[in-house]
Amino acid sequence: MSLFDKFDRVRDASGSLALDSEPSPLGTRIDEVHSPTRGRIGNSEVILAGTNNYLGLTFDPDCIAAAHRALDEAGTGTTGSRMANGSYGSHRQLEQELAEFYGMPSAMVFSTGYMANLGLITSLLGPGDSVILDADCHASIYDACRMAGADVIRFRHNDAEDLDKRLRRLADRREDGLDNALIIVEGIYSMLGDRAPLTEIAEVKRRRGGYLLVDEAHSMGVMGATGRGLAEAVGVEADVDFIVGTFSKSLGAIGGFAVSRHRDLELVRFDSRPYIFTASPSPATIASVREALAIVAQRPQLRDQLWRNAERLYAGLQEQGFELGPTPGPVVAALVESPRQAIAFWHALIEHGVYVNMMLPPASPNGRALMRISLSAAHSDEQVDAILDAFATLGSMLDPSTPA
Amino acid sequence: MTRHEQILERLMQHLERFKSESGELHADADLINELGLDSVNVMDMLLEIEDEFDISVPINMITDVRTPRQLADVIVKIESGE
Ligand SMILES: Cc1ncc(COP(=O)(O)O)c(C=O)c1O
Repeated sequence: MSLFDKFDRVRDASGSLALDSEPSPLGTRIDEVHSPTRGRIGNSEVILAGTNNYLGLTFDPDCIAAAHRALDEAGTGTTGSRMANGSYGSHRQLEQELAEFYGMPSAMVFSTGYMANLGLITSLLGPGDSVILDADCHASIYDACRMAGADVIRFRHNDAEDLDKRLRRLADRREDGLDNALIIVEGIYSMLGDRAPLTEIAEVKRRRGGYLLVDEAHSMGVMGATGRGLAEAVGVEADVDFIVGTFSKSLGAIGGFAVSRHRDLELVRFDSRPYIFTASPSPATIASVREALAIVAQRPQLRDQLWRNAERLYAGLQEQGFELGPTPGPVVAALVESPRQAIAFWHALIEHGVYVNMMLPPASPNGRALMRISLSAAHSDEQVDAILDAFATLGSMLDPSTPA
Repeated sequence: MTRHEQILERLMQHLERFKSESGELHADADLINELGLDSVNVMDMLLEIEDEFDISVPINMITDVRTPRQLADVIVKIESGE
C-alpha cells in the first residue's frame, strides 16, 4: 500500500468527470486578469463572477499606490514571523486601525483568514473545553476545532433553537456552566450566501452563557452601516466576543485578522502557533489592506452598488426559475442536481463569457452541486445583464429531466 | 435486550436509507467504505442520534469509529458517564 493509493478515489473521480483537462472548474487557470471583473481563461474573455472581490478593490488606484510605496520603502517581504522580525510598524498600525474600526480594544493580524481561525481557536480552546459550531462552518473552523482538542459539537445550520438545545445538554453535563464553551457561526455563509440568524443566536448566548465568535469573512465590508459586518447590521456587536475576518475578499489582498472586546486577546500572541510559526504578510500587502480598510469606512456607496447588483442578479435568476439560496446577497448560488450537469454547465458558461465557481459535495452543503456566483461593486449593469443572459441561454442544461 | 443492543438497533434504523446504494447493512459494516457514507453524512446522522438519546456526542469522540457497533460503544459510554 503506497502513500498515493489513498488518492485512488480522487483520481477516478477527476478522470471520469474530466476535471484534469483545461479549462477545469476546479483549480481553474485564469490566464489573465484585466480588472476586478474581466479576465481571460484559455481562449475565452470572461466576466469574473466568482472572485469574492466584493468591493472590487483589487485594482483600486489608491490601494495599488499604497502597495507600490510600501514595496519601494520596505521591500518585498518581512522574512520572518510576527513573533520574531516580522512585526513592522505597519503591521501594528493595521492592528490599531482594525481595533478602532471595530471599536474593540484588541486586534491581531494573521497571514491568511485560514490562519486567523486556526490561530485564535487553537489558542482559546483546549482539551476539556467545548465548541458548538454551525454545521456549515468553513473548513478552517473545523480544522481549528480538531487541532484544539476540544469537544466539538455541531448544531443544525442556522437553527438557533437547535443551538439552544445543544447548549442545554452541555450545561446539564457540567458543573461549571458554559464558561469554557465557545459558539462559532459565520456572518454570510460562503456556499449558499445565506446569513446567520445572529439576533436569535446572540439571545441564546446571553441566556445560556459561553463565548461567541463570528467569522465575518464574507460579510465584512459588505454589511453594516460602516461595513463591520452582520453583527453591526443587526445590532448585536455587544454580544460578540470575537470577530474573525480575512483580507482576501472585500479588502482585495491576502491575510486575516481577529478582534475582540476582551483585551486578553493580546495574550494569544504568545501562545498561538499559527501566529508564531509562519511569516507575516508582506509590507505591500499590509499597505493595500490599510488603504482598503479606510475605503470600506469612507465609501459606503460601494456597498450600495454591490447590493444593487446582488439583488438584480438574484431577482433575475429567480424569475428564470433557478433554485437559489434563501436570500439575495453578494453570493448567489444556483443549485444543480448532479456533478455532471454542474461541470457541463460550467464549461458552457465559460464559452458564453462568464466565470463562476462550481462547487461539489461535500464542499457544498446538503449533497447538492452548485454554481456559485459572487458579485462585486465593480460589476456594471451590462455585466450583470450578460451573466443573466448566459444563464437564460443555458438554463435548460440544468433541467433535471435533461440527460447529462 | 441490553442498552447496547437497543442503541445498535436504533442506529441500524437510521442507516436503512443508505442501504440501497451500498453493500449489506450489518453491525460491523464500514460506514464509509462499505455503506458509502461521507464524513458529512456521518456527522449529520450524529445530530439525529444526539436528539434521539438527548445526549451530546462530540465529533472528536467518533474519529476512530468505523462501524455501527463502534458507534453504539461510544454512545453507551457517554450515556453511562452521565
Ligand atoms: C468563512 C471563511 N472563513 C475563513 C476563510 C479563509 O480565508 P482566507 O482565504 O483568507 O484564508 C474563508 C475563505 O476562504 C471563509 O469562507
